[in-house]
Amino acid sequence: MSILINKNTRVMTQGITGKTGQFHTKMGKEYANGARCYVAGVTPKKGGQSFEGIPIFETVREAREKTGATVSVIYVPPPFAAAAIDEAVEAGLDLVICITEGIPVRDMIRTRYKMQGARTLLVGPNCPGVITPDEIKIGIMPGHIHKKGPVGVVSRSGTLTYEAVGQLMEVGLGQSTCVGIGGDPVNGLKHVDVLKMFNDDPQTEAVIMVGEIGGTNEEEAARWIEANMKKPVVGFIAGVTAPPGKRMGHAGAIISGGKGTAAEKLEVMEACGIKTTRNPAEMGKLLKSMLK
Amino acid sequence: MKIHEYQAKEILRKYGVATPRGFPCFSVDEAAQAAAKLGGRMWVVKAQIHAGGRGKGGGVKLARSLEELKRHAGEILGMQLKTHQTGPEGQKVRRLLIEEGADIRKELYLGMVVDRGSQRVVLMASSEGGMDIEEVAAKSPEKIHRVTIDPAKGLAEGDAEGIARKIGVPEKGVTQARDFLKALYRAFDETDASLAEINPLIVTGDERVLALDAKMNFDDNALFRHPEIVAMRDLDEEDPAEVEASKFDLSYISLDGNIGCLVNGAGLAMATMDIIKLYGGSPANFLDVGGGASTEKVTEAFKIMLKNPKLSAILVNIFGGIMKCDVIAEGVVTAAREVHLKVPLVVRLEGTNVELGKKILAESGLPIISASNMADAAQKVVAATRGN
Repeated sequence: MSILINKNTRVMTQGITGKTGQFHTKMGKEYANGARCYVAGVTPKKGGQSFEGIPIFETVREAREKTGATVSVIYVPPPFAAAAIDEAVEAGLDLVICITEGIPVRDMIRTRYKMQGARTLLVGPNCPGVITPDEIKIGIMPGHIHKKGPVGVVSRSGTLTYEAVGQLMEVGLGQSTCVGIGGDPVNGLKHVDVLKMFNDDPQTEAVIMVGEIGGTNEEEAARWIEANMKKPVVGFIAGVTAPPGKRMGHAGAIISGGKGTAAEKLEVMEACGIKTTRNPAEMGKLLKSMLK
Repeated sequence: MKIHEYQAKEILRKYGVATPRGFPCFSVDEAAQAAAKLGGRMWVVKAQIHAGGRGKGGGVKLARSLEELKRHAGEILGMQLKTHQTGPEGQKVRRLLIEEGADIRKELYLGMVVDRGSQRVVLMASSEGGMDIEEVAAKSPEKIHRVTIDPAKGLAEGDAEGIARKIGVPEKGVTQARDFLKALYRAFDETDASLAEINPLIVTGDERVLALDAKMNFDDNALFRHPEIVAMRDLDEEDPAEVEASKFDLSYISLDGNIGCLVNGAGLAMATMDIIKLYGGSPANFLDVGGGASTEKVTEAFKIMLKNPKLSAILVNIFGGIMKCDVIAEGVVTAAREVHLKVPLVVRLEGTNVELGKKILAESGLPIISASNMADAAQKVVAATRGN
């Protein structure tokens, strides 16, 4: 088992004719069961063409109807990416993974508003994507650093997720699913949503939760963990040294009005019984110690 | 992106938000002309810098005569204005706003931000104007009122009137305050603002509300559709290193320490700063070279870091994914040669083609200190700054 995606997932790429969309669709197709999983592409006005043997359609709805794909990954440029999410939601997909970085917050507010009550789940935007190792990779993460195993990973950051995975591999632990929820202030799934899924997933035995400054996402997850989580969780928060009021790369990584500091988050997480480390090089070791 | 108070007021006026009349000025002469144009017998001389707390720092003065106005303008223009937001060295004042004096009966507070929890814009209002809202939130949270704004409908009339009454707008002024609030939201929404703050919002003697101060920040992601706002950018108010970095699409933020960091990915870049601190060092900067770091980008990043006189070592921390370690290693070697690097350089590479990358570093003949993981890298770079 795994969460969100597995070898039976059928996925379409929105923005398949762009350079990024093409590169990562090709990489995804080459990873594990990718050749069977990647079944469609969507680019308006390019319907009827194909890329690497993958048929391209005008609309998400058409791609879904013709191929049965129920998941999409978005590499559409920022000015049009929120509309691409809207289209996938309207077509009733199960899951939309939006990789695009730099979508205006105003667009995301409207997209999230329209998503109320819809069945579609959104991961991202501004995220590395989701991987269920040795089954399917949807996103921009390097596939070869992962292997199948018992640890779930959920993170707001890309390379810091790879860092966590690298440390797990060093201590001999594979991953059930790794979910990059992204660094934007208005987004889809939060830490808590992914933790709920890991809690219900029989393959997942423990979770690494990587957070960063800004917002209160991690605090909410911590409170849910304290009340509900049956599996050990290890936490790290990036940005203990970040100055207030500065956007640290990610649009959502900002301490504003004295709120959203790493210290504040770590304090709540520790109070809720989560094992945290202040040392980003110790995430793997700490998790390993909890599985014994 | 941040703008000046006078620019925020220009935007707000276009949307029908009531503000005092005023003109931006760059010299004492211009200030005197502005006062003449405004007429009246009382003016306010306001330093225009991007930091808050200008009044307490001596950057806002009332003038009751033209002579007094010129004296204040002369003193404020060019001063190093120190506030709680500028840091100890302060910020040089290059622009003034000359405004007509206002008849202040009451000072209130208004703020608008994107609330992450509700994923909507939230209007915050308080009867406690003129104070830091964080202070009010800490001392008397019951005095802060909130309205979550429906993105499809905008700020509802009933909500606007309700919040105006709650913060103490007199009954006669409620309709005007409602229109003020609705206009403020329209301005916020249509300009892709990330923050709008009116502090204080005043109630005048004739029971109208007026934006005595105004602050607006904008979503950087949306600037592509607002050239009129980009044109308001004042580079004098920004850190020169950060401005330089932004030209090369590098995400850079200056910090107080002496260890330069060059990292791919924002989260890993923050974690790198954190681990340096954890091992007793102090980071000189945040620097995310992004996903597709070319040799040119790495070279520019080195140049920007090296402009910092405090810099005593550099740590490169790369987790190569799509970006291969050998490509990064080539970039680091080329950059180090081009800038004739004099400070110790510690490099930690991990991920795709890591062995190839390490080989390139080792065979470069440069005195690069190689590290096997993040902890090792942090310890080595901290040791290097201590000369061992």
